[in-house]
Amino acid sequence: MAKGIWVFAEQKEGELRKVARELLYNCRKFADQMGEEVAAVILGEGISGLAQAVADYGVDKVYVADDSRLKDYTTDAYVAVLADLIKANQPAAIFFGNTGIGKDLAPRLAERVGSGLMTDCTAVEIQDGNFVFTRPIYAGKAFTKVTCPEARPVMVTMRPNVLGAGDPAGSKNPETVKVDVQLDSSSLRQLVKEVVKKASGRVELTEADIIVSGGRGMKGPENFKILEELADVLGAAVGASRAAVDAGWRPHDDQVGQTGKTVSPTLYIACGISGAIQHLAGMGSSKFIVAINKDPEANIFNVADYGIVDDLFKVVPLLTEEFKKALAE
Amino acid sequence: MNIVVCVKQTFDTEAKIALTSDGKIDSTGVNLIMNPYDEFAVEEALRIKEKVGGEVTLVSLGSKQTVDTIRQGLAMGADKAVLINDPAMEGADSHGVAAALAAAIKQLNPDLILCGWVAIDDGASQVAGRVAEILDLPWVNVVTKIEIADNKVVAHREAEGQTEVIEVALPAVITAQKGLNEPRYPSLKGIMQAKKKELKELTLADIGLDAASVGAQASQVKILSYSLPEARKAGKKLEGDPADTAKELVRLLREEAKVI
Repeated sequence: MAKGIWVFAEQKEGELRKVARELLYNCRKFADQMGEEVAAVILGEGISGLAQAVADYGVDKVYVADDSRLKDYTTDAYVAVLADLIKANQPAAIFFGNTGIGKDLAPRLAERVGSGLMTDCTAVEIQDGNFVFTRPIYAGKAFTKVTCPEARPVMVTMRPNVLGAGDPAGSKNPETVKVDVQLDSSSLRQLVKEVVKKASGRVELTEADIIVSGGRGMKGPENFKILEELADVLGAAVGASRAAVDAGWRPHDDQVGQTGKTVSPTLYIACGISGAIQHLAGMGSSKFIVAINKDPEANIFNVADYGIVDDLFKVVPLLTEEFKKALAE
Repeated sequence: MNIVVCVKQTFDTEAKIALTSDGKIDSTGVNLIMNPYDEFAVEEALRIKEKVGGEVTLVSLGSKQTVDTIRQGLAMGADKAVLINDPAMEGADSHGVAAALAAAIKQLNPDLILCGWVAIDDGASQVAGRVAEILDLPWVNVVTKIEIADNKVVAHREAEGQTEVIEVALPAVITAQKGLNEPRYPSLKGIMQAKKKELKELTLADIGLDAASVGAQASQVKILSYSLPEARKAGKKLEGDPADTAKELVRLLREEAKVI
């Protein structure tokens, strides 16, 4: 019988990703409610040291697959290792982060092991011993509750920032299982030729606690500098509306909205953004929304917790100074 | 090169979502479009064809209504299309949809399969990956640049904060992300020609499948309910001297919202 809740403990350059910590923290709680065990699964190269970091979250077991062929993420290698582990150990559920890797890995893995997958989920409930997940559809214009009653493991990718995390509960001295990585080189079809890092060094939009976003009201690409300065003071990510991206002012991967990224930060500061329906869909699950726009009729004010009706070019630099002062206190 | 592009008909991005009296998504009066990410896939297929020659076939799963979206792709310049139109697919999950698409694609024996990386309606982003798995093909997901040479694809894959340059041999499945290209509008000539292009409608039986294996009853993921987000309320509007409003906003964020 399928047993145990697994967390794919995604790491980047030897550090646990934020969403992995959120999953470990919450899955411990789910497991306690369901009378299950929690196992963390770590894949990569030179990552054995991470076993302690995940152990601190009170996991019962840690599977470590440490292999040079797992250094760079490739679908084929990661799917093969995880599929073998699943077949050998029959977990009841596996949680992934809805990250670049999670989104790539989970669908193929679900198909290979013949299970159901629910992606980009934003809430979890337990009903009659089954997980019920909430997932946004139409980029958050509606929600649906879904479950996978029969197939095991239940597979899910959780959106970063939605579950929240607390301090690790403390190690339960978990059993560490070294995974014997069996990879047939002919089955590894993806050659990673190069990995080009983004230069900004800012946090990723989908993981950011705070996002400073600009729209058509920014008037040109050069003006985003004032948003970047504000973002740097707050440790925030910089986003953009579709209008700003379509105008060529910002790269498309900065776009927040139905045809861009859906984000769930604690604070979303919308500057010069009118609030088109497709933009509101992408950022509507932000905890707090601040809007700065000189048009008092702008749609964005209908959803903003705090709005400043004024010229953003006057307000944003002043705001940056105020935050600087406040954070220095 | 024989290229297949998977296309899905979705609600317009401007569509407001409402629920029917029995709690389902209401499609009344909603304008239907080609999933925007699939448009990037169609455009890329056409560009590759224009460069190296070959044929572009659209594959879709849907109903009679879906023909409009397929005609749009044909009007852009695709050569022919296959529509899997079988009422038994109503309520199928991502596995079922992928299995049906894969079966139709297999009959076409393509060198390259292009899809949008996500559909803006259900947002599941798993059908293309499952198709690749069923057909046992390599895939590169969320791609913003494609180069094809010597029977290989080099694709730039977008992941958080970085771009991964990945090479796979053909045939392969590639999913398109915004930034890949700028889709063309169908020309008047294209629209006229599209009406004469081959559009084959297939049932599950035509692709060797049955409802029991891919339809609603085979669905592992069950939808329990739909809901609309709680409407957000307009909060405080601050007006006055910008130095004061900036100061007040920071105070509110610290003391009231407690987010700073």
